[in-house]
Amino acid sequence: MPLSSRHLLGLNGVPREDIELILDTAITFREVLDRPIKKVPTLQGKTIVNLFYENSTRTRISFELAQKRLSADTVNFSTSTSSTKKGETFKDTVRNIEAMKLDMIVVRHESAGVPLYLTKISNANIINAGDGLHEHPTQALLDMYSIKERLGKIEGLKVCIVGDVAHSRVALSNIFGLKTMGAQVSVCGPATMMPLGIEKLGVKVYHDINKAIAENDVLNVLRIQLERNAGSTIPSTREYHNYYGITAERIANYNKEIVILHPGPINRGVEITSEVADGPYQVILDQVTNGVAIRMAVLYLLGTMH
Amino acid sequence: MEIKATIIDAEGLKRTITRLSHEIIESNKGTENLVLIGMRTRGEYLCNRITAKINEIDNSNIIPGVLDVTLYRDDFRTRLKQPEVSVTNITFDINEKNLVLVDDVLYTGRTVRAALDALMDMGRPSSIRLCVLVDRGHRELPIKADFIGKNIPTSIDEEVKVKLKEEDGEDAVYLVNVPSIK
Repeated sequence: MPLSSRHLLGLNGVPREDIELILDTAITFREVLDRPIKKVPTLQGKTIVNLFYENSTRTRISFELAQKRLSADTVNFSTSTSSTKKGETFKDTVRNIEAMKLDMIVVRHESAGVPLYLTKISNANIINAGDGLHEHPTQALLDMYSIKERLGKIEGLKVCIVGDVAHSRVALSNIFGLKTMGAQVSVCGPATMMPLGIEKLGVKVYHDINKAIAENDVLNVLRIQLERNAGSTIPSTREYHNYYGITAERIANYNKEIVILHPGPINRGVEITSEVADGPYQVILDQVTNGVAIRMAVLYLLGTMH
Repeated sequence: MEIKATIIDAEGLKRTITRLSHEIIESNKGTENLVLIGMRTRGEYLCNRITAKINEIDNSNIIPGVLDVTLYRDDFRTRLKQPEVSVTNITFDINEKNLVLVDDVLYTGRTVRAALDALMDMGRPSSIRLCVLVDRGHRELPIKADFIGKNIPTSIDEEVKVKLKEEDGEDAVYLVNVPSIK
């Protein structure tokens, strides 16, 4: 069974069968990553452009590695070294790149909805690598893969997303994906970081981190995004840490197994202490490895679709 | 689908597997450095059975591997259906080993070509030999099997169906008629 859409724009409305297919296919690619030659010829002859209008380390490298490991030809685009600086419009840029004959576009942009817009002006398969405050579907997929890898399932688990939910596309994609897969999703953070009406998505809201730790199986700890004006929602990062930081002491109070995820980059000592970020409960570096496998699975499933 | 003939029945399959196991041990002069890898789906089950037989005969302790070659296929662009990938599971090192690749039917040789490419990405075995239950001819690549259960000359309109208990609930090999698509 192929995926039901030829693009991956978000996880909102994506059927459970599609998410399961991506997670299952990723297991195959996870195995490829452990081989001495981490490359398969599957996407030979496909051309993929990585259109990054926003800074990224993990996601861009992860996508690029995934493409190379599938033997696709890849081209990288970043705004700082492109004609965008000369004033070329987004649409013109895309039309020109597409005139060079390509099959897939991986896009990251500071405006929500850009991937959807791309599907209307391009014939390529579009993959959203993060659009504004909207969605970041491959991050949520790799989070789910890592949870499943550690705990063996997703259905029925209690997962709490901690931090600046209002400014997080990772949070939104996680909420959609996890709920589709049958998890109980909650969010935790100060009221200023909770978007109005978040309960309408069917998630529980905590304002007490201790309660969130006590009642959940998984914590997905978000980064405090200072570049997205987090300074106006919290008095200081130190105060945030005092109230919401994930510390070894807080976890030790409950004497239970808990899985800690973090999408990176980590602000050590703000949303999470080094002791926890490097400790036994975290799967943060597994997330990064699994990210390549998930992106290979998505590229494979979209790229070999007829 | 119309069954034209039963080529191998359940008893026959058992004997064929026993003979193939003996042939593999004989040509390898024992079981030293021997590893067996089956190709999904039915090659995997055949490989498990042959490995079990070899272990029984030679009192050895070989663990069979499983290879999925979907990612190495050459027909991605031309097939109508997206092939489903599954996991390769080889828990041992294949470097410097005498490797026997097991599959059910040898036909065009394209799957074996894909398997050879996949194995080369995992290491450098001393040798790779091919064991198949049925060789039905019509090769499109210069590939031949080393251990063969049965040679069956077929026409293009015919197909060899291997049925195994693990997957199909019975042990048998049938020759069936498939109307050719023109």
